[in-house]
Parts: sequence; C-alpha cells; structure tokens
Amino acid sequence: MSTPPLLFRDARLVDPASGLDARGALLVREGRIADLLPGEARPAAPDGAIEVDCAGLVLAPGLIDMRVFTGEPGAAHKETLASAARAAAAGGITTIVVMPRTDPVIDEAPLVDFVLRRARDTAIVNVLPMGALTKGLEGETMAEIGLMQEAGAVAFTDADRSVADSAVMRRALSYARTFDALICHHAEDPGLARLGVMNEGELSTRLGLFGIPHAAETITLQRDLALVELTGARYHLAQMSSRASLPVLEAARARGLPVSAAVSAAHLALNENDIAGYRTFFKTSPPLREEDDRAALADALARGTIDVVVSCHDPQAPEDKRVPFSEAATGAVGLETLLPVLLGLVLEGTLSLSRALETVTAAPARLLGLEAGRLARGAPADLVLIDPECPYTLTAAELQSRSRNTPFDGRRFQGRAMRTFVAGREVFERG
Amino acid sequence: MSASSAKIPAPPAPPPATLRRRHLLGIQGLSPEEATALLDRAETFVSQSRQVNKKTTTLRGRTLINLFFESSTRTQSSFEIAAKRLGADTLNMSVQASAVKKGETLLDTAATLNAMRPDMLVVRHQASGAVELLARKVGCSVINAGDGSNEHPTQALLDALTVRRRLGRIAGLRLAICGDILHSRVARSNIYLFQMLGAEVRVVAPVPLLPAAIERLGVSVFTRLEEGLEGCDVVMTLRLQRERMGVAFLPSTREYFHFYGIDAEALAAAKPGVLVMHPGPMNRGVEIDSQIADDVSVSLIQDQVEMGVAMRMAVLEALSQHLPGGAPEPAEGHW
Repeated sequence: MSTPPLLFRDARLVDPASGLDARGALLVREGRIADLLPGEARPAAPDGAIEVDCAGLVLAPGLIDMRVFTGEPGAAHKETLASAARAAAAGGITTIVVMPRTDPVIDEAPLVDFVLRRARDTAIVNVLPMGALTKGLEGETMAEIGLMQEAGAVAFTDADRSVADSAVMRRALSYARTFDALICHHAEDPGLARLGVMNEGELSTRLGLFGIPHAAETITLQRDLALVELTGARYHLAQMSSRASLPVLEAARARGLPVSAAVSAAHLALNENDIAGYRTFFKTSPPLREEDDRAALADALARGTIDVVVSCHDPQAPEDKRVPFSEAATGAVGLETLLPVLLGLVLEGTLSLSRALETVTAAPARLLGLEAGRLARGAPADLVLIDPECPYTLTAAELQSRSRNTPFDGRRFQGRAMRTFVAGREVFERG
Repeated sequence: MSASSAKIPAPPAPPPATLRRRHLLGIQGLSPEEATALLDRAETFVSQSRQVNKKTTTLRGRTLINLFFESSTRTQSSFEIAAKRLGADTLNMSVQASAVKKGETLLDTAATLNAMRPDMLVVRHQASGAVELLARKVGCSVINAGDGSNEHPTQALLDALTVRRRLGRIAGLRLAICGDILHSRVARSNIYLFQMLGAEVRVVAPVPLLPAAIERLGVSVFTRLEEGLEGCDVVMTLRLQRERMGVAFLPSTREYFHFYGIDAEALAAAKPGVLVMHPGPMNRGVEIDSQIADDVSVSLIQDQVEMGVAMRMAVLEALSQHLPGGAPEPAEGHW
C-alpha cells in the first residue's frame, strides 16, 4: 500500500554527515528521503503530498541511541520495549540499541529474534539489540556471536559488566574480528569497583561512602586497548567517566587502532556533587565524577576524541531507588533528556549544533553500519524536528518512560524535540 | 535559697539546650553554639545521674523507639537509660535485616513505625545516609545513632564532654584519632566536632585505612604512630572493623598491633599525662593494650560510657522542644 508523499517545508536542514546546514525543504516518499531541496524553502508540493510547515525549526536525522536498557524480557514493571520506544520518540530518538541485560540475558540467536519481533509488534521506533559477549554476562564463556549477528544483533557487549578475565576478553575480541563485529565494553575493573558506590575522593570521604577510583576505568581500558592491538578487533568504550581515560584513548587512536568511545548525557551535565544528600537518582555506573572530568569529557566530545553520546537509559523501580545510597540500584532514565542535554552544550558554546547532532546520528550510524542517521536521498526517513532554544522545566511526571528515575527533575532546559518521524510516519508530536 | 545557709551558692544550672533542627543527624549541621550548649547542659545530667533519684519528668508521656539495624549493646542501652531518666517510655527494636529479608524496605519500616506515633526515633543503620533518608519520611524527631561510615554525633558529643570534664577545655588541645579511619563514623563525627570546638585533630593509620583525600577535612595525616602521637593531649583509638572488611586491608592483626597498637611504649611519644579513649567495643591486643585500657589514670573508657548517658539526655531534652507541646511557652507581655 502506498503512502502519500510528505513534504517538510521551511526547515533548517542540518545533516552532520554531509555538513549541510541550510534553509530548505525535504521530500519523503515511501518511508525514505526522496529529495533534499536546500535553498528552496517553499517548493511546490507533489500531488497528494502532506505538507509539514517547519517554521524555520531544525530538521535533522532522528537520533540513534547506542545504550538503552529496558525491562523486556523479565522486568516489564520497569520498562517495556513499547514504553522505551515512546520515551525515545518523545526525545527525538528514532533508533534505540537495547542492552542484553534482561531476564533472560540476550545471549542466543532466538532471544535476539524475540526482541526484534516484540519490537516490530509493539515499538514505535527502530529497536536494534546488542547481543551478550559472554553467556549470562558472566564473563566466562563466549556467547554465539556469529549466530546472534546473523539474527540481527548489531554489536556485542556484557552491558554494565566488565569481562575480568583477560584471556576470555582476548578470545572474544579475536573471535569477533572473524565477523567484523563491534565489541562494546564497560571498562571498570571489577575488583577495584567491588565495594564502591560513587567516585572516590573528598566527597566520598565526607559522605562515608566507598569510592571507585579513576584507575578502575583506566586499568581496564588500557588492558582492552592492548588486546585490541593484539587482535585487531573493533572496540567501543561503552561509557567514559574519567578524564584520565582521554590520553589512553588518544594514544591508541594515534597508533591507528579501531577504537571509539561514548559518554552519557548524564556525565556531560552532572558531577558527583549532585549526589549531596545521598540522592540515589544520581547513582550511575560508571559513577559521576568531578566537575573537571565533566568539563574534560565535554571538551573531548567537541574535539572528536569521544565519538558518541548515549542516554544510558536505565529505568529503575522506586523500591530499588528509595533505599540507602549504598544499597540502591545504579542507573538513570535518559531517553527524553539526551537531546536537551546536548542542546544545552550547544547553547553554552561547548559544541556546535552540527557536532552535537553528529554524536547521536552519523557517528553511531557509522560504528553500527546503519543507513539511518543522515539526510540523504534514499536514506530512511527517520527525522526529528527540533526547536533548539525553547525554554522549559522538565518534570519527572511528564516523562513517557515507565520509570521516573531521572536526575533532571525540575531542571530548566532550552531546546527539545517537537515532532519525530520513523520511516516517514509521525510517532511523536509535542502537544 | 535559705538566707541562713553559709554555703556559696552553686552557679545556676544551664538552661536546656536548643537546636534549630528537629533531628540530630550529624555534627555537620550543628553550630559551635549548639554543640557547646549541649555540652553545658549535659553537666546537669551528670549530676542528676549520680543522685539516688535519677528521674525527672521532662519527657513524660513521650515515646522513644530505638531502631537498630545493626546490633549494639552500649549505644542502645545508653539511649534507653537516658530516655527513662527523663521519664519517656522506650521500646527497643532490633531489625537486623530480618524484616528486610522479607522484602520490607527501610522506608516501609519507617512508615510502619511512624504510624505508631513515636515522639523520637533513635536509629542505627549499616548504610551511610540511611538515617537521613528515614528522617525525611517520619513525623517525629530522629537521632542518628550511627549510619554506615558517615556520622555518629552523640558519640562525638560524649567524647567531647569526657575530655572537657577531665582537661577543662577543648580549644587548643591536640587530639590524635588512630586506626580504622576508613570505616569509622566515630572518626568523622569527632573530626568535625573537635575542630569546631578549636582542637587540633590528627589522624594516624596505615594508608589503606585512610579515606581518600582525608586531609581535605582539615586534619594532619600520619602513618607512623610515634610521630602522630607527638605532643598529643588525647589519643582516641578506634575499633578495627574486621567485620566490614571485604578484602583484607591489612596482613594480620598482630602486625597491626605491632605498628598501631596503643600501649605504654607508644604513649611515651605523647604529652605526659596523655589520656586514652576508645568508643568500644574494644579488640584488646589489637588496637589497644589491656594494661592501658584498664589503667584509670590514663584510660577514659569508663568515663565515656557514663558521659554517654548524660550527653544523650541533653540531646533528647533539646530535641523534645520541637515536639508538639514541647516548646516552653513564651512569657506573656514580654517585649
């Protein structure tokens, strides 16, 4: 069945992949971008076309979020694929990459298939699963990377766990290279992090909480990069928290290793001081670190040392958060604050709009080998219409996510997604 | 007072201390004036506790619940006696993870107890910040009897009272806190209080038992006992919390005693007449030598226990003024 063409008029077309930033129009046919018309803000509409007047707002590729936890299967009270997808759409995100940390763990091809089928039937945005790197995320036995890749897994990860055994990690990396699979790793030495619940430093001492030193991240990252040198596998640091990791990553890049890194929006907007008063919504893994780290990570993002920004959306139920800090679950929801945090960095002058959007469109698309993430003829019409400056106060109650554990409740933002389209179909319009 | 009495009249008893806040969650949050008023008032309760009739009616009709998620003999009984001497009804609840094992959260427990309408909750919990979390959810006054490695404010207050009674002052003294600083809420509360009252505070410990950036709390840091004790008026040694150590921080207790045990030899480095304190319960032969612990000319350990009751009476009295009907009526017509 054919759908009518869709004409976006009078938009500011921003496509980081091509460097385009111009007033113009964009035509969608059959779920794909049929034409880009920079310089022509109000072209004549084809017969039967539905017109969308963008009123000068930013029209960009829909966001791709490489790190999303849901509760499906196994913990639907926290989040389903359907509710995560609604939250994503409201945040301007058109593709979510979901983590295998579910119950059961996504560590076999039929489970990858299950996630894809559930998403097809219930989710309003694209859902791409990552498969487990090791069975049960236990860091001992390699999972069936090849079969899962065939079933549709886009990369492999032990989610929020680090593989402690270097021999297991080496074999997983070398086996992954066989299939040119991307390995996405949480770098945190399990021994050094074992008792820790926050960044180690003056504040952890004052709060009487056990800290996780920067070395927990750099030790594992250095080991991983040495193994990348040994195996040639494609390696992606799932989340960077420490400024001490930057020279480690830069050195590996300088040697030409196929490495990349992400940072979460929370780590770009918050620091450990936000924990004051034992606020568990600020308990994340890796932990929020010092303001110097936050500033250095934002700067590294602008320079291109860090490639990707993720939401690290991790819904948690009240009973897992309304407990003493050391006993609380880690994680924060983030699908609906990823874009606002980035637009905040644009407004303060840390990032250009094009660079900010690149980290959540072209960059993850390139790492994952997706055809989405750009405004180009033939690309999927996954689009977001952004008001880059509208001021508002975020309240947890208005979030679409089934869990409300946002660290940004009551925070004032400027800029957000107004309308979101997946394959040319509108999946969100701000009321 | 009888005019025929030849005795010099005793100085007037200090008034009940007043606190700005409804809860006592830590030394952080107390002002020096509040802390001093509590110490002054506690002197009255030392005298009261030494009388035959130890009981007053200040807290008559009030209910105090001791809610201990970690076992404690000393602190729990100290609060219980303090409350009873002020006329309150007391109830001891040891939770120790039993209800928690059944799936009840801390806040569930708090809500249940709150519904029983206590006036005061004395809470000890193994997690830092847990008492503050609970305090936000109940209508009564909450007293922190120790939360994780964060604070144990009444312990610090009773330590200060003990020292002040023996040496007459806090300001200008040199205090060394020795041993397991990392796990110790007593160390943190004492650092805050003794500094607030004008003492010089040192910490002495092997490096793995020193928390990160501890010098940022304004203390000087020593890793050798004899250097740390030099010129000290008071040495406070802490219980080595072996039960909290997931990964060994030290090779052995005998090595620890060799380098950090408080014995007569170690005390030779301190000021003559140095006094030794321990918050209890002691590991004899680990952090403290029995001869020192039992020598009443050096050890303040028994005094600490006695002062604990008086100090807690002063705290309970001060907080009771925030309870409904607890504030003294303002004098009518006063301007």
